[in-house]
Amino acid sequence: MIDQKVVSPEYLFFEAPREEMFITGSEAVKEAVKRANVDMAISYPITPQSESMHLVGDLFRDGYLRDYYRGESEFAVMSAVAGAAMGGVRAFTATGGPGTLRAFEAFSTWAGARLPIVCAFMTRGINSPLSIQPDTIEMAFMLDTGIIVIHVETAQELYDAILKSFIIAEKTDVHVPVGVFVDGFFVTHTRDKIKVPSDDIKLPPYNPYSAPVPVMDMENVPIRHMRDPFVMKSNFISYACHASWQQEILAAVERSRKHIQHYFGSLIEAENQDAEILIVASGTAVSQSREAVELARAEGINVGLVKIKSIRPFPTKEIKELSSNAKYVIVPEFNRVGWLAREIKASINESDKVISSPKVFGGMTMPPELILDEIRRCSK
Amino acid sequence: MKKDVFKISPCFEDIMPQEYIELVRENTSPFDNNQGVNGLGGGKELIEEHPLCAGCGLALSLRMILASLPNPEDTIVVGSTGCSAIAFPQVALHNIHSLFGNQNAVASGLKRALKLRFPEKTKDIVVIAGDGATADIGLDMVMQSWFREENITTIMLDNEAYANTGGQESGMSQKGAVLNMAPTGKKFSKVSLPEIARESGCAYAGAVNPSNIKRFEKMVQRAILVAREIGPSYLQVFAPCPTNYKLRPNETLIKAKSREKDNTYPVKEYISPTAQEFLNKLEEGKHNG
Ligand code: SF4
Repeated sequence: MIDQKVVSPEYLFFEAPREEMFITGSEAVKEAVKRANVDMAISYPITPQSESMHLVGDLFRDGYLRDYYRGESEFAVMSAVAGAAMGGVRAFTATGGPGTLRAFEAFSTWAGARLPIVCAFMTRGINSPLSIQPDTIEMAFMLDTGIIVIHVETAQELYDAILKSFIIAEKTDVHVPVGVFVDGFFVTHTRDKIKVPSDDIKLPPYNPYSAPVPVMDMENVPIRHMRDPFVMKSNFISYACHASWQQEILAAVERSRKHIQHYFGSLIEAENQDAEILIVASGTAVSQSREAVELARAEGINVGLVKIKSIRPFPTKEIKELSSNAKYVIVPEFNRVGWLAREIKASINESDKVISSPKVFGGMTMPPELILDEIRRCSK
Repeated sequence: MKKDVFKISPCFEDIMPQEYIELVRENTSPFDNNQGVNGLGGGKELIEEHPLCAGCGLALSLRMILASLPNPEDTIVVGSTGCSAIAFPQVALHNIHSLFGNQNAVASGLKRALKLRFPEKTKDIVVIAGDGATADIGLDMVMQSWFREENITTIMLDNEAYANTGGQESGMSQKGAVLNMAPTGKKFSKVSLPEIARESGCAYAGAVNPSNIKRFEKMVQRAILVAREIGPSYLQVFAPCPTNYKLRPNETLIKAKSREKDNTYPVKEYISPTAQEFLNKLEEGKHNG
């Protein structure tokens, strides 16, 4: 029998004493879900996510969750999680890579139905050609689904982000899904020291009646309307309804800024931001960049580093300000399309100072020397 | 749902529409009196107006299904893309328009969520989707929900075509039918989903058409009660589509009857022994009471 005391999110995140554990990223997911007061998790295996949802299954066995099962495919799981969230419970799942694409249609409907689902995406290459290796290309596809996109660098951030994302997702003024993205293998399969509070405390339960949309339980008056704003009629009012609803979802994502700010401290972190050469990165590319900055410093080159934590909402204003003095903005990424560089180019005035390189994909690691090469080129 | 949520705010009494006053005061709410199909047309219904084609068999069946619900005040409908989805916004029940084909996956999550939240209450989850959503694009998720023995009722509105997308052949179209995307006629037989349902773990599986309304009501109720207490259930409803099959609107029921008569759409009912035992008790109780 599990006896966990409900504590305030503030206490759990900021005040509770923490102990150090030496665990993998997958185990960090387990530790987060253990304290998240999750009602229901639904799983489907895919490398590199499988282990984390195995561990969530163990949590169910041990009484930390109230329901758990293995669905029949990623699309079915994302659909079932949607059903669970519409039924008013706190739901969690995780996927990655081809699983993300198989389930793709569901994510927009999560946002469209304003479901406060938290999903961990353990990124991996998409099958072009077949690959199971690390890669963040799936994030490029996910950026315009309407969900909040958080990109974490370490197992510690993964742990914290999952818990905090439930609280942000469930705020009445937000109430849209959050995707916590973590670079597969690099974080999921490696061990790191992380600090967690004791496991006898948990978040307050989700209150479905705080949602800005009706929960599908027939406990409130059923107006003649379904959960989604209904738009299939061909008339001006339904077009206007659909358009305004889409804008409202974008606005809800915008309103999450203040909560992300509060719970994550900021949407970005910057060090030495006045340097003429700035590296801007997210995920584990930040770790590689940090090493490159060290190497550059040893050579006497002054380099700044900006880490982006929230991709949706995107810290447009912050990036614009930070990069205004820089001559070069180097954006190293673990994918071939350079989606982060595209975002940054779209955010600043002189987009030609953005260097979309190095781009490493196909499962390769990113030697800091590759980033250093770019820094050297820029410093000439 | 507490039925007494329907009240008129005193300051609005004099301007409320007559039908609303009747609904609240004269107890014509479909949530209050389980009127069944006999009461159709006699008061407020769970669906009244709909934008489906004249004579649509699906609209008729949907109306009869809703009138047959044993527990409408605590029933949630999960639909799918298709003609019926256009009627759902007019249904006075909480209903979810899922995507195309994922209705049974959504219903699985929903049913489990409501079991967690209302362990003492009966919340019936009824999936109502077309043949394309059920037997084609969603067959995997439909069958897997049966394998998992989810306590949900799946009702297929079988118009033997993808009607809403403009009349393509579906797995439920008859062999040889010439429809869009089957320009030389459909090459394989109608999917025998009641049998597949039986073999896949449904405690109740049936096929029916709306020509005999008492029989129809009985089968809908059996399907829902069995899903509530015993295990998954499936009911296939023949719902002719005048528009795509070029029938006159007044020929819908004639079509349903003739297909039953010539045995190309027979009424079927498979009941598992446990479900039969349960239904016997229930139905005997009704006779005695
Ligand atoms: S196309 Fe056919 S099934 Fe669809 S609403 Fe019209 S008659 Fe009904």
